[in-house]
Amino acid sequence: MLVSLKWLKDYIDLETAPEELADRLTMAGLEVDEIQTLAPKFSGVVVAKILSVRPHPNADKLSLCDVTDGAQTYPIVCGAKNIHAGDIVALAKTGAVIPGGYTIKSTTLRGEKSEGMLCSEAELEIGEDASGILQLPAELALGRPLEEALDLGDTVLDVGITPNRSDCLSMIGMAREVAALTGKKMKRPEASLVESAEDVSLLSSVTIEDADLCPRYTARLIQNVTIGDSPVWMKTRLEAAGLRAINNVVDVTNFVMLEMGQPLHAFDFRFLEEGRIVVRKSKPGEEFISLDEKSRILPENTLLICDGKKPVAIAGIMGGLNSEVKEDTRTIFLESAYFNPSSIRRSSRRLGMPTDAAFRFERGIDPEGVIRALDRAAQLIAELSGGVVCKNYLDEYPAKIKAVENIPLRMDRIRRVIGADVPAREAVRILKSIGMTLKREGRGVYRVTPPSFRVDIEREIDLIEEIARLYGYDRVPSTLPSVSVTELDAIPRLALEERIRRLLTGSGFSEIITYSFTSPDSVEALGLPPEDERRRFVVIKNPLTEDQSVMRTTLAYGLLETLKKNLHNASFNLKLFEMGRTFFKRQDGELPEERNILAALISGKASDDLWGSKISVDFYDLKGSLENIFQDLKLDSCRCRVKMPEPFLHPGQSCGVYLGDVQIGFLGKAHPDVLKKMDIKSDAYLFEINLDLLGNQVDRRIRYREISKFPAVSRDVAFVLPESMESEKMLEIVLSQQEDLLENVSIFDIYAGKGLEERTKSLGLRFSYRALDRTLTDAEINSIHNRIVQNTVQKTGAKIRA
Amino acid sequence: MIADLQHLEKNALAELEKADSEDSILAVRTKYLGRKGLLTGLLRNISSVPAEERRSFGKRCNEVKELLEKNIEEALLRRTEDQKAGMLAGQQIDVTLPGRGIRAGSVHPVVQIRREICDIFAAFGFSVVEGPEVELDYYNFEALNIPKDHPARDMQDTFYIEENMVLRTHTSPVQVRIMEKVKPPVRILSPGRVYRPDSDVSHTPMFHQVEGLLVDRGVSFGDLKGILTAFLRKIFGEDTILRFRPSFFPFTEPSAEVDIRCVMCGGKGCRVCGQSGWLEILGSGMVDPAVFQNVGYDSERYTGFAFGMGLERMAMLKYGISDIRLLFENDIRFLKQF
Repeated sequence: MLVSLKWLKDYIDLETAPEELADRLTMAGLEVDEIQTLAPKFSGVVVAKILSVRPHPNADKLSLCDVTDGAQTYPIVCGAKNIHAGDIVALAKTGAVIPGGYTIKSTTLRGEKSEGMLCSEAELEIGEDASGILQLPAELALGRPLEEALDLGDTVLDVGITPNRSDCLSMIGMAREVAALTGKKMKRPEASLVESAEDVSLLSSVTIEDADLCPRYTARLIQNVTIGDSPVWMKTRLEAAGLRAINNVVDVTNFVMLEMGQPLHAFDFRFLEEGRIVVRKSKPGEEFISLDEKSRILPENTLLICDGKKPVAIAGIMGGLNSEVKEDTRTIFLESAYFNPSSIRRSSRRLGMPTDAAFRFERGIDPEGVIRALDRAAQLIAELSGGVVCKNYLDEYPAKIKAVENIPLRMDRIRRVIGADVPAREAVRILKSIGMTLKREGRGVYRVTPPSFRVDIEREIDLIEEIARLYGYDRVPSTLPSVSVTELDAIPRLALEERIRRLLTGSGFSEIITYSFTSPDSVEALGLPPEDERRRFVVIKNPLTEDQSVMRTTLAYGLLETLKKNLHNASFNLKLFEMGRTFFKRQDGELPEERNILAALISGKASDDLWGSKISVDFYDLKGSLENIFQDLKLDSCRCRVKMPEPFLHPGQSCGVYLGDVQIGFLGKAHPDVLKKMDIKSDAYLFEINLDLLGNQVDRRIRYREISKFPAVSRDVAFVLPESMESEKMLEIVLSQQEDLLENVSIFDIYAGKGLEERTKSLGLRFSYRALDRTLTDAEINSIHNRIVQNTVQKTGAKIRA
Repeated sequence: MIADLQHLEKNALAELEKADSEDSILAVRTKYLGRKGLLTGLLRNISSVPAEERRSFGKRCNEVKELLEKNIEEALLRRTEDQKAGMLAGQQIDVTLPGRGIRAGSVHPVVQIRREICDIFAAFGFSVVEGPEVELDYYNFEALNIPKDHPARDMQDTFYIEENMVLRTHTSPVQVRIMEKVKPPVRILSPGRVYRPDSDVSHTPMFHQVEGLLVDRGVSFGDLKGILTAFLRKIFGEDTILRFRPSFFPFTEPSAEVDIRCVMCGGKGCRVCGQSGWLEILGSGMVDPAVFQNVGYDSERYTGFAFGMGLERMAMLKYGISDIRLLFENDIRFLKQF
């Protein structure tokens, strides 16, 4: 909310400097975001009086004036029509600067000397009227700088009002708060409403059909108004608060809303059919054109203000075009009501109409302020538009608005919550300073009744908060709570993630974070078949953009997109990983399944050094990184198997990753079709692993196995196998023979080509033999080795390569 | 004979001086000290020396022999040292070339901040907990004292999945879920991704929060101040100046925003702090009794405080990042700096 200090001073004697006031408000929970200085955009303009006006001898449209600033008389050539001898006007003297940066000079116009310029409102940018010279009140002293005489210029605080403090959405509310903070007394605007003899109840009536949504509706009738401009003081106040001046009636409703926090509406009475008001809910399909000239089909159960026949306003949100105050309006029906906050909020949201009125109603206005604001506005309208206020007001008040009274407050509870010993006397003083009434009920217990405008105060804790904030948070001593032991166990997966993160970054991977939402097209780009579970999207109803409209079901797409962006920036050698969740839709109303996933991607050269390795990464580089993780986690049973190839992976260079018999992910080269579709011009290898499944299996309980002191002996054998036979199969066959003395078998060579039959390959295995308790003899080794080799040949049909 | 010996000594030393290879040094040795060498020859003829001089001649011969042996030994050693030096010199490499092998990758800056925060609170006895990112309206709002059609909902714009299902706008729902399951005392920390429809230089539709909750007997606002002060000084430095400012959150009362003196300008006022000299860093407050009631805690027996912070903002302040979107563009040139 924009708080003009000049306006604020109407209600409180304020001597505090703006910066200090801003600081005190901020530290009391009313955060000042900005201090704006509004300065007039002119200088050297003074109050002056026209002594005489006569026609210019050489120009029909110009006049010659003698103008005095009290000290000296100046000849001025002027083009305006609305000038007369005796007028008090704004004179820009020679040397004055007016908005736009123009400097006034002595000049000669058509042979007549002119030493200055008479200004319009628009020329000085203190109003919009450009039709003639600004006419000033007669009582202003001649020669005074105009900004002083009109009291232009202001300091405006932009205060962030939290949703609980609806009482501060007005100038009087802010003044109340400042009074509590500074101890200064408040000044209320003077009430001097004069009523005519004609009773409003003979001219109009109000019927409320839904008392829940409209507990109270009051109105006054003001007759014989003349619509025109508001005076400058009103306009400058509205403008300082960020509103535009419209006319002397509408401006009053806005002014009183800003002053007292009660939204008001003025209808042109002649457009209210049957001269009466009915408050009811909208019917299905009802259409309405509001003041913003937009036509809307109203949602059902929107609260409407109607006349005898038709809606004339959306209650608490905006008036209708059909009953708008116009230039020839003579009779004003002025509304001041209390609407149900939730209902106004619901309607304002559904209609997309977050108006100033709705903003205040939905936060809760002062139920006791309804009549005060009605009278204040009626008085101002009568004053500014020359109208007459009818006797009495209409007041339909079918439902008592709940007020909270006698909230118990225990002094020891204050200490327990705040942790500071606020003396009872101080707590009482604080509560009284913000309008609370207190009754002492017993030792250390009070009953507190908040003022009607503090609709946020309902419970003891609300009172304690008020005491804490006004006592000052900085006066509460910092302490440390004593430690109690809690029974929560750590989540094992988080430690696992940290291990993996350290391993991957240590082997050159950089961690990325991509958005959890993605484009529904991602699954098309990945070529996922219709029945793939990754098409079971969780869909966002109100996405910011289409490509952030569903929750991701795989991390692969985000990695590929990240690769693409980096390639675009000429970063070609990439090793990336991400840890995050994927989301799978379940039944409507049921929360989706969320899985914790690790995914990684490599692309480009194995090394960044141009002088070093020039080899591009391949499948085995990424597989190595994955196996490195498994090794660190001591997961011996992790295997890659060519099962369930992913459609977005190269069919010949991809596999499922299994832990025992459970698939926990995939690994492989990105399919060339996918790369082409995504316009990625580099090969890429990626894996995805389900960390929840992995986390379940990790058991790093380690048992030490004795190591031998005796030498190992190794024997190499090259087997010739069909090309299609997987190397892991060979190793399994060897190991399945369970020879205790075979310490290790490893692949030392793979060869295909010259010297071998087509579609065969040679697999060189190194067998290493060792015993725990002795040095093995040649004879012993030969016997075991021959047995293993023979068995292997028998089981696989392999040949021994000479 | 003595004269011969002196002559021999002089010649031998001179030849040794001239010898420039291992072979020529060895040749000098053979020529003088070998079995048929000149010095050996002189000694063999010792009988021709008069008896009274024989003793001193013999002694002198041995001196010369020892001298020559010593000098030859030294010459040989010098020779191998020179050779080795020459060989090593030939093996010189450019030690300024970059080393080979894997370069360490980087941990995402947001994760680094999260680690740091979780580590600090772990030392205060807080355990890390998790909850769903797609959350029921009840846990995200209603249980936290934010009813439907309440203006407090304006504080957090929301992505909706269904009428009663949202992308969580904060990690507070995790606290509710834990409190439903666990009796006090509770000390938990819930880090994670959160979502709000907002996108500009300082907002992304997805970001990260860490929120904490402590519930126990006798916990006060003073304890909140103590813990958060200790925490912020660990993160931003022991001399960090901070202030607790009254604010409003529906799920805490009293509530406080915690500001630190601007790390960029030191409080003079700059673009980063919006000329105020302060940076808003944490939201916090005493858990509202309404929240306790929703999870079945007795607010007369237990009090507690909660706090929450945005990790992107912390990372931006700590690392001097001016545009939040950089954190999710994943440009490797950006990531490698952390």
